[in-house]
Amino acid sequence: MTSPTDGPGATASLVARGVVKTFAALRAVDGVSLTFNRGEILGLIGPNGSGKTTLINVLTGMLRITAGEVWVNGTDITGWPPHRIARVGLARTFQVVRLFHEFSVLENVEVAALSSGRIPRREATARAWEALERVGIAHLAPWPAAALPQGEERRVEIARALATAPEFLLLDEPGAGLTEPEVETLLATLSTIRRDLGCGILIVDHDMRLIMRLCDRIHVLNYGRTIAEGTPDEVRREPAVIEAYLGASAEAG
Amino acid sequence: MVNDIVQFVVSSLSLGGLYALMALGLVIVYGILRLINFAYGELVMVGGYSLLILGKTVWPWIFVAALSVAMAVLASVLMERVGFRPVRNASPTTMLITSFAISALLQNIALLTVSPRPQAVRLPGFFVQTLTIGGFRVKAVDLISLAVSLILLGVLTVFLRRTIMGMALRASADDFTMARLLGVRANGVIALAFAISGFMAGIVSLFWIGRSSLVEPAVGLQPVLIAFIASVVGGMESLKGAVLGGYLLGFLTVGLQSVLPQSLLDYRQAVTFSIVIVLLLIRPQGLIGGTYAREAR
Repeated sequence: MTSPTDGPGATASLVARGVVKTFAALRAVDGVSLTFNRGEILGLIGPNGSGKTTLINVLTGMLRITAGEVWVNGTDITGWPPHRIARVGLARTFQVVRLFHEFSVLENVEVAALSSGRIPRREATARAWEALERVGIAHLAPWPAAALPQGEERRVEIARALATAPEFLLLDEPGAGLTEPEVETLLATLSTIRRDLGCGILIVDHDMRLIMRLCDRIHVLNYGRTIAEGTPDEVRREPAVIEAYLGASAEAG
Repeated sequence: MVNDIVQFVVSSLSLGGLYALMALGLVIVYGILRLINFAYGELVMVGGYSLLILGKTVWPWIFVAALSVAMAVLASVLMERVGFRPVRNASPTTMLITSFAISALLQNIALLTVSPRPQAVRLPGFFVQTLTIGGFRVKAVDLISLAVSLILLGVLTVFLRRTIMGMALRASADDFTMARLLGVRANGVIALAFAISGFMAGIVSLFWIGRSSLVEPAVGLQPVLIAFIASVVGGMESLKGAVLGGYLLGFLTVGLQSVLPQSLLDYRQAVTFSIVIVLLLIRPQGLIGGTYAREAR
């Protein structure tokens, strides 16, 4: 029934089918289906409150799914606890950076490497250094995490996600609060991560230039439902998307 | 005079070390579950009754003591598994009340199956000896408990800093959800925290009961109270705070005992608590502000 590339049985892909998440009477995510493959960068956009973050929370097991299925590399992970989902290769970052403040930068990344797989401490340390170098903050390794400026905090968070050896990286507004040059660095970093590690990257952001430049495909949500899906060019021209964004900005104004 | 000072310092450090271990056992669980486990005192009780019952055998005392500590660890892990895990996702109040229920249950089991009266525990001879070192007379038990608490604090520090499980525990205490998202197993890390808590209670039971040589169903009441006060003073979420609070309370207790006139000795605890209240008025977050202080930033 399903073709091998977009069915849940497909390898090297993250597949959500009819995902629903309700909070009391609110259907925050209302039957969203999406597929993204390793090596692909998928943008997830939509007006505020359209269910983007909730979807990520459900995919990573932070929130219990109400209905629907999630498959990773052909394995049904629906309803799994977060630590098991992490171990099949899903890693995420947060809109508001959440570092372990008691730890140094290196320890933050190390603990991720240690937790995600049963590897010895030395190997974890090596993996942590590699992740720090990849995002260009190896020189900050001994710093206490609590002392970092915001731009660097984000990079530590990405390094920490990388240290779990993810196959799919879910980034919730990685560009928020970054300066123009910092956004440029972020774009370059994400491109190298995709090229070198071959992970799939799902990225939520309000910065449309970042999304349009970086993403292979874009998935648009509004009121918890999918309203468009396709390449940046296709999505840009989609009337439903234009309406959702104009409507949202008109309300806000 | 010098002799008095040496004695004062040794007993303060000894009592403070004991208090610090008590507080650590409470804080290590609180840091992860945000649960003040008031049934912690009953783990001391389990250790005490194990000491009593196993002490009636002909086994060497040190072996009995090790088994008693193991019993406290076992009781702690079981307590989490049977009592707290089913209510883990309930409100903090539910967990708190559960801890009172477990506390009452365990005390009553001891009351019904052993005896409501205090029972004398077999203690080794060195517990009651007084040593003369370099002309200073000190109690052997004070020196031992001082040494044991320092060693345990060292071991715990190394464990938390250097080992995989220790790192996972610290990360979970900082941000449990984030730790789980990185692959830390919630059940595993909580069981570990309770095991450490039980271990502390077991060690505490040896020295706490060693002081009076008596064990009774309510024997854990004072340790849990002291642990609670020490950790509140030190900072509920900080392990350093728990240790600091423990030693502070130790010095305060011993200090008041030697400073207060005989007629006021009965009010020692009242004075101690008044000082604690004043301390908390000045620093409500405790001496070492933990996560709360940072989040308020």
